[in-house]
Amino acid sequence: MIEKSLIIFLPACYPDRESTLRFMLKAEADLLEIGIPFSDPIADGVEIQKAYYEALKSFKLCDIFWIAREYKKEMEKRLILMSYYNPIYRYGIKRFVEEAYESGYDALLIVDLPFDEAGEILEVSKDVGIKNVFLAAPNTNNERLKAIDELSEFIYLVSTYGVTGVRKEVSKLTFEALKRTKSICKKPIAVGFGISSREHVRMIFNAGADGVVVGSAVVKIVEKFGRSADEEIKKFVEELKSYQTP
Amino acid sequence: MRFGEFGGRYVPEVLVPPLEELERAYKEIKDDENFKKELDYYLRSYAGRPTPLYYAKNLSKELGMKIYLKREDLLHGGAHKINNTLAQALLAKYMGKSRIIAETGAGQHGVATAMASALFGLKCRIYMGAEDYERQKMNVFRMKLLGADIVAVNSGSRTLKDAINEALRDWAENFETTHYLIGSVVGPHPFPTIVRDFQSIIGKETKEQILELEGSLPDAIVACVGGGSNAIGIFYPFVEDEVRLIGVEAGGEGIESGRHSASLSAGSKGVFHGMLSYFLQSDEGMIKDTQSIAAGLDYPGVGPEHAYLKDTGRVEYKAVKDDEALKAFIKLSKLEGIIPALESAHALAYLEKDESLRGSVVVVNLSGRGDKDLGIVLEALR
Repeated sequence: MIEKSLIIFLPACYPDRESTLRFMLKAEADLLEIGIPFSDPIADGVEIQKAYYEALKSFKLCDIFWIAREYKKEMEKRLILMSYYNPIYRYGIKRFVEEAYESGYDALLIVDLPFDEAGEILEVSKDVGIKNVFLAAPNTNNERLKAIDELSEFIYLVSTYGVTGVRKEVSKLTFEALKRTKSICKKPIAVGFGISSREHVRMIFNAGADGVVVGSAVVKIVEKFGRSADEEIKKFVEELKSYQTP
Repeated sequence: MRFGEFGGRYVPEVLVPPLEELERAYKEIKDDENFKKELDYYLRSYAGRPTPLYYAKNLSKELGMKIYLKREDLLHGGAHKINNTLAQALLAKYMGKSRIIAETGAGQHGVATAMASALFGLKCRIYMGAEDYERQKMNVFRMKLLGADIVAVNSGSRTLKDAINEALRDWAENFETTHYLIGSVVGPHPFPTIVRDFQSIIGKETKEQILELEGSLPDAIVACVGGGSNAIGIFYPFVEDEVRLIGVEAGGEGIESGRHSASLSAGSKGVFHGMLSYFLQSDEGMIKDTQSIAAGLDYPGVGPEHAYLKDTGRVEYKAVKDDEALKAFIKLSKLEGIIPALESAHALAYLEKDESLRGSVVVVNLSGRGDKDLGIVLEALR
């Protein structure tokens, strides 16, 4: 699913579903990750918290499916759906996974569902055909990494301790974790959380990652430009993708 | 570990290792003689255990039943919270942690955590919803006096659930040095078990005391339920006995008003704050804001063991409204000279609502004292 891929995260329906769709079509990311707004995003920093809070003023779960359906009419790129577990649990796991897949999502990443608790999701996903992505962190031991490697379409390696959010620097911990994860896992590895600039993207790809996720930095652009963030997002993604040119 | 289907460990991967570390440490330490001795020492000489089981004869006469009050309100800090904070702070020390974080609603758990941290020389940070921070100025000052650093949380609904969110975020970043001292029987495994074990001392003492006073077990035990720590604490040693156990939730302005905190009476199954349990949530799984006159019950979820005890039918869960709790608050003050916490007043208020309790022997867990609520009560009586 990933190969030197720049993955862009967008919170769904921030500021509305039409805008999210336009941002998705405009941003020339290799892969898009769409976040379901949640009332209590414990793994997210202030940027995404604020975005979800705003989005929830009008958000309906059906918008998630609409966004993917419309996007897939025009683009063939892969979509990852990112969520906290409760909206899925509440909707009904089977019903949710089926609708997510049918509407066009290729993979499902549930932030607060470690693989040990994911039995039912894994089973349903297998039946339906959607892929699963699990998080790994710098403190995930080798034994758990091996289990994640078995179950996950690719490894979503959280760059550091803490939550999502724009950070100034990439910590040493990220490179150590990437190195160890690479030595244990056979699947491709994408690094996310705190990756905010072209320089960060370059450093992480050079360290051998197969994918880099940029989220909060994009959310900040939407916060600033609102519905007319299209061009700014496009420019930002182009800049990130030019990480190889000096 | 789960309680039936409830509980579990629904957290981002980064929190799995700290929870495993805590589980291992707790297993090692809980039967360790030195730990038990040290904890027992502090519970007695610092917190004031054992607490009396007091026969409330005036209230008994008024309500036509024999009422005993388990006087957790007499503990240092004014509530049962200290049982858990002393024990967990000690556990944190054994684990080599130098910093404690905690959430607080009304401030009782925050105060008890700040006390235990001061006692054991641990750095302490308390997260408190910005709204609660404003409402509970005195408790904020108390915590600051005790050396804690207080953070007013401005995200979400700016109340207890948001304080927990923020504490979890802090823990995900600082778990190497920091213990998250959760204040109720909620959160991911092993927290609900640890807090239940540390609060069970309430029920153990109650059992010995009632057997001595009455020569038999009581007919019923009543306790208020927010997250559920004082209730589990007094219920747990009686679960296998033939004693009616009644948990009283905060009915706020009435269940039908939608403005309440009664997640067992009116909520549905969900996964939040690391656990599968009952929550007040929208049809689309968003966690709802809650309401109660008692800040300590103002939480949209409940401990997973309570969810289990509800589903198995072992414990009855009822709801009492703000105005009913307020009346009980005043009644106990006037009849017995004891000002109960508004939380505990919910348990007291239930006694009048249940005809079947008449003529029986009932223990009420008086989980805290009401000094902290005087401002709110004064406001409500206007």
